[in-house]
Amino acid sequence: MTNAAVGPAQGQPEFIQIVGMHKWYGEFHVLRDINLTVTRGERIVICGPSGSGKSTLIRCINRLEEHQKGQIVVDGIELTGNLKNIDAVRREVGMVFQSFNLFPHLTVLENCTLAPIWVRKMPKKDAEAVAMRFLERVRIPEQANKYPGQLSGGQQQRVAIARALCMNPKVMLFDEPTSALDPEMVKEVLDVMVSLAGEGMTMLCVTHEMGFARQVADRVIFMDRGEIVEQNVPELFFSNPQSERTKLFLSQILH
Amino acid sequence: MTSLSSPGPDLRTGAADLLPPRSQRGVVGWMRENLFSNWLNTAITLLLAYFLVRWISGFVDWAFVNAIWSVPGNNTTACREARGIGACWALINEKHRFILFGTYTYEEQWRPLIACALFIALYVVSAMKRFWNKWLMAIWAVGLVAIGVLMWGGVFGLTHVSQERWGGLPITLILSTFGIVGAFPLAILLALGRRSTGMPAIKALCVVFIELIRGVPLISILFMASVMFPLFLPDGLNIDKLLRAQVAIILFAAAYLAEVIRGGLQAIPKGQGEAADALGLSYWNKTLFIILPQALRIVIPPMVNTFIGMFKDTSLVLIIGIYDILNAAKTSIIEPAWQGFGVEAYIAVATLYFFFCFAMSKYSQKLEVDLNRGMRR
Repeated sequence: MTNAAVGPAQGQPEFIQIVGMHKWYGEFHVLRDINLTVTRGERIVICGPSGSGKSTLIRCINRLEEHQKGQIVVDGIELTGNLKNIDAVRREVGMVFQSFNLFPHLTVLENCTLAPIWVRKMPKKDAEAVAMRFLERVRIPEQANKYPGQLSGGQQQRVAIARALCMNPKVMLFDEPTSALDPEMVKEVLDVMVSLAGEGMTMLCVTHEMGFARQVADRVIFMDRGEIVEQNVPELFFSNPQSERTKLFLSQILH
Repeated sequence: MTSLSSPGPDLRTGAADLLPPRSQRGVVGWMRENLFSNWLNTAITLLLAYFLVRWISGFVDWAFVNAIWSVPGNNTTACREARGIGACWALINEKHRFILFGTYTYEEQWRPLIACALFIALYVVSAMKRFWNKWLMAIWAVGLVAIGVLMWGGVFGLTHVSQERWGGLPITLILSTFGIVGAFPLAILLALGRRSTGMPAIKALCVVFIELIRGVPLISILFMASVMFPLFLPDGLNIDKLLRAQVAIILFAAAYLAEVIRGGLQAIPKGQGEAADALGLSYWNKTLFIILPQALRIVIPPMVNTFIGMFKDTSLVLIIGIYDILNAAKTSIIEPAWQGFGVEAYIAVATLYFFFCFAMSKYSQKLEVDLNRGMRR
């Protein structure tokens, strides 16, 4: 159950390091003593009942949420109030949201090129070429000039993935990427994520898709009431859960 | 028809293509439904129609049929005889140059005329989507300089016309154009400032400014600008009265507009800002490219509301002795010969105001449709 047993492969550089991290919303203790190390290329699935703090945890990694105690280091940069550090981390960390959060007033292509042009200072032509390449990878290049509102949910989420990839991030955070989708659209998004995992992208996914966890995760983390309760490689996590809380959770979602 | 393999036309004209019964279609159907559906509705309809026809025909008689369009010299006897029966448009005929251009040197009044035409041309150009590029700023700069040169003179062989002599429509257009151009960016900054979480001092400043300015009538701000403000200035330094009124109008409009824009900012889902943050966009990039374009689109109707209100509010400058078009119209009937023909003067000015306000309103509706076209599902 410790990191050493199932944790990062030997010799791999640590990419994200979270040490003794706590977070409160007012008086409410949402994250309690989180310790987590992610190496380059690792694929982690975080699961747990709603309100367990899993979304809050990954939102701390790109400082959409502020932690109050402990340390978060991403790619050698510590996240503090320092805006420079925050910007530097956000340039390296891509994020996909449950509700897509595409920019409705911009076309799909503009959604994808905005950040590369203004943050990476990429010439517009190059940014568009990159964007088209990633839109092809998520298999919707033909929608490039449409507005998000004209696309289905699954298509919108694939655009959101392409938009994040256009920044050439070193790690991708997925915050329940399939929860807001109609059932028939879940697969097209998961397929994209599986292929991304196959290419060696470092990924942290908050998801209830246990099939996805079995297929691609190097490690499954179970959270409950703001704590990391248990983590293990998927085979052992599903076949031999250690804690009672994990067993209860798994019995509820695996019918 | 007999063959099963070829579907007859009856299959294509299914139930969906049927029209509603004839009695419920078209103008007759609409009237039957809405105006004559029962005896009470029919009675109300007929009664209102009677009053409407009487009132309209009365107005047409007064404004056109019995109207007096011109009088010889300043002899308004004919007008006085027709009081209450026919309008005295001779007043407009006689005084339109004073109403439009105030006391501006008579022989030079072609200059404010061109200035007004330039203003309207600038509005029209700015309203056209194909001019929405970096040249628009340049067009405005050139246009405003040209207007300034025309109004002031003193160069290119134009005689100098001191600003105290300006009046009429150019004043109204100057005050409202610069009012909107000045208030809009200020309002955006105030709205952003009021919503900022990281800078409590700036936030407090914005809140105090907005609440203070909104808490007092425009008239009192104009009085302050014209009477009290000069008292604080050192002797000899005198900022022009029109400029002081202009600043007062900008500040006043900005406070209202800021709250309108803040409403738009609040309507943007939190996820939009988070997505921009997650992509590493800076605060100003996020605000400029993601938040404001969406927020301003939402508040086009209340923004235009504020603009129209402000356009008409410029007429309040009459209380500090500036001759905008309304004040000029009021002054045009001071002369004994023309006293008592206020209705005609005010109708003429009201028509002009309506023309501008209605154009703004219509344009904003078109703009809303245009901007939302792509975003619609």
